Amino acid sequence: MTAHPVVAPEDAVAAPAAGRGRRGWAGRLLRNPMAVACIVFLGATILFGLSSPWLAPHAPGATQLNAVNAPPFTAGHLLGGDGSGRDILSRLMWGTQRTLFACVVILVSALLAGVPAGLVAGYRRGAADPVLNWVSDVIMTLPGIVLLIALYTLIGPNLVAAMGVFGVLVAPSYFRLVRGVVLGVRNELYVDAAKVAGLSEARIIGRHILWAVRAPVIIQSSFVLGGGIAIQAAVDFLGLGDPSKASWGGMLQEAFANIYSNGWAVVWPASLISLTGLATVLLGNALRDALQVGAARRSLPRRRQELISRAFAAKAENDLPDRSATEEALLSVRGLKVAYPREDGGVSQVVRGVDLAVRKGEIRGLVGESGSGKTQTAFSVLGILNTEALVGGSVVFDGEDLIAHPASRAHARGRRIGYIPQEPMTNLDPCFTVGAQLVHGLRAVRRTSRRAARHEVLALLARVGIKDPEHVFGLYPHQISGGMAQRVLICGAVAADPDLIIADEPTTALDVTVQAEVLDLLRELRDERDLGMVLVTHDFGVVADLCDTVSVMKDGRIVDSGDVRTIFREPGHAYTEELLSAARAVDLDEVGTDG
Amino acid sequence: MDESGSASTAEAGLEVRDLRVAYGRRRGRAEVVKGVSFGIAPGETLGLVGESGSGKTTIGRALLGLVPVTGGSITFRGHDITRLPRSRRRAVARDIQVVFQDPYSSLNPSMTIEDILVEPLRVAGVADGRSRVRELLRQVGLPDDAGTRYPSEFSGGQRQRIAIARAVAQRPGLVICDEPTSALDLTTQARALGLLRRIQRETGAAYLFISHDLGVVREVSDRIAVLHEGAIVEMGDSEQVSLRPSHPYTRRLQLATPVPDPDVQARRRQRRRELLKADA
Repeated sequence: MTAHPVVAPEDAVAAPAAGRGRRGWAGRLLRNPMAVACIVFLGATILFGLSSPWLAPHAPGATQLNAVNAPPFTAGHLLGGDGSGRDILSRLMWGTQRTLFACVVILVSALLAGVPAGLVAGYRRGAADPVLNWVSDVIMTLPGIVLLIALYTLIGPNLVAAMGVFGVLVAPSYFRLVRGVVLGVRNELYVDAAKVAGLSEARIIGRHILWAVRAPVIIQSSFVLGGGIAIQAAVDFLGLGDPSKASWGGMLQEAFANIYSNGWAVVWPASLISLTGLATVLLGNALRDALQVGAARRSLPRRRQELISRAFAAKAENDLPDRSATEEALLSVRGLKVAYPREDGGVSQVVRGVDLAVRKGEIRGLVGESGSGKTQTAFSVLGILNTEALVGGSVVFDGEDLIAHPASRAHARGRRIGYIPQEPMTNLDPCFTVGAQLVHGLRAVRRTSRRAARHEVLALLARVGIKDPEHVFGLYPHQISGGMAQRVLICGAVAADPDLIIADEPTTALDVTVQAEVLDLLRELRDERDLGMVLVTHDFGVVADLCDTVSVMKDGRIVDSGDVRTIFREPGHAYTEELLSAARAVDLDEVGTDG
Repeated sequence: MDESGSASTAEAGLEVRDLRVAYGRRRGRAEVVKGVSFGIAPGETLGLVGESGSGKTTIGRALLGLVPVTGGSITFRGHDITRLPRSRRRAVARDIQVVFQDPYSSLNPSMTIEDILVEPLRVAGVADGRSRVRELLRQVGLPDDAGTRYPSEFSGGQRQRIAIARAVAQRPGLVICDEPTSALDLTTQARALGLLRRIQRETGAAYLFISHDLGVVREVSDRIAVLHEGAIVEMGDSEQVSLRPSHPYTRRLQLATPVPDPDVQARRRQRRRELLKADA
């Protein structure tokens, strides 16, 4: 083991692309044409409103008799005049200012009421959490418009008060959002690490917690702004605004009253209201895409995808499988390649031509470190790779190429090829009992009565070492331990009496004592049923315990392959040797030889 | 159980007496640590082995002040730190540090490596934090320009080096290593263990090394304590506990750990079956 600082080889594989994510969200936003259009429109609207004191041709209340219901493009009145002879363009400009001001009031009051409350409830929990939740629930039950009408009768037209109250009414949306995010973040280990480092609570909240809620809050704000514009217009339209001041809603109401004498007057405020609302909401969507990377799926253009898969397929035909090895094998993987589309339009290959054969009754270990492509290889056999994956080569199972014939693969999966996953808990549906899931799985692959299936499942549960099958049959996944969940999944995998089992790190999530039992179970099942098995693992101890043959994977290729004893005694590749020596550094073999 | 370390640890190192931690209230109350005592001398590594639910992580979190202690006492360098208020805890912070299991969630994804490493230094009032960070990065074998990059640009093994650098930045007297290598690949794990040992040689820090893997614990520890259902069932010299365990549970644990040799492993499997049969 190295005792001096060395730059580890893993340095070389650091993904430089991943870092772009956080720094470039503004850049990503600006690459979205929709977002740019929205930003330009909103910016222009803001300028339109702010410049009214200098650029508006008339005062908002100035009336001219000759401008009463004037059509657009009348001299001196570009957009015409309203029913009282006031210039529409000027009033729109002043009204924009007022609407923007109203929106800011809504946003600020909602943020001030919602975000700190969410932080307190989420971070401190304790007594504050249920109390604040209750307050938030009460506010959410209040009917907004009715409340604003009641307020009007009390204090008359007062924009700041009305919009402030409305802001408090939408505050629960921030409260719930922030509380939810904070609840998740406070359990992150980096928050614990900050506590251990002795950071004050204020600093932890400021540096670690607030940062995590900023993206969702920004996104939420754009939707609140969009809603705010609509509400402000509605309040004015209902006549609850200040009639002495110009506003979009008020103008719409007046224009509405004169719709037969000057229809055009309706168009201007109505289109400003709807376009501004639309722009804020669309901008919110674009912000979400830009801030929450990974939400959007990358996919190559179909044409390019076809070209690449054709190239993959052609390559596989060139190096034809040598028949001798294929014919006796239950599963024969030849020249398997798997690639994923990259953001820059290229592809990154994760499996680069893998050959693998498994006979009946043989347990083949597929060993490698993370990123070696071992799980991708296993998933290709099962056909459960991500949909954007590009696959080439052949996977011949019992004489049929599963890659060339996806339909026969779908038929074989679950019936003739069983799968044991790594995480037993996440692979059981929490909504159904263990028994219901197993019966459902069995009846999906074989026509059988519910009664017969139940009978069969109970027998299998007993077979996989579950003490009281009747009892466990009726339990939900959260009521059983991880080891028992893995037994249930093994039970599900062998229920349809398959010929081949693909096990992806089946014992990694288990304690060693449970792991030993599960390995014993897998060995017994193989002996009983003459199963072929591909065991994906990183643990050479597990390989030594269970496997007959081993293939060692590195960077998407198999670098070493053979009988398990040969590989352990005389590794055929330097990498195998390195892995073995790392494994032996922490083993407990001395006791194996004594009494 | 009174097998806690030598008498000298009480003054210079960590001394844990009859530690108890319970979660939940009244009816749902469950004691997960049931009276655990041990000591760690300066520069020593105590391995704490146990399976999931044995309470090993809870013990580490109790030492760090992250979970409330319900009974017993924790003494560090002669000071009682069992139940410290937040403000007093901060004074202890620089002396007891932690490396967590998951190198992905233990580094804030939105901070640069330099900010992550400078933060605890600044709290401790270190003036030339930035130059200390470069020294730390070199110490754990990361390139100098690593400071300007974000955690997502590093592999699991590199992130764990960063977490180790953060833990040793203030030259702590005790580092709680909570499964620091179980999320790593074999070869990466070996390098991380080597790094931890080298840092211990250089700084003389004591380690509490928590793991489920007896083999890994044996590799780094001077002494090993075996935890089962919230209590220490066996504690002693590393070689003795890992190779010639006396308690039946430790023997089960020891024989269940597979070794990378098909023939030896077959023999061990046989012995484990015999042991289980004898127990039954």
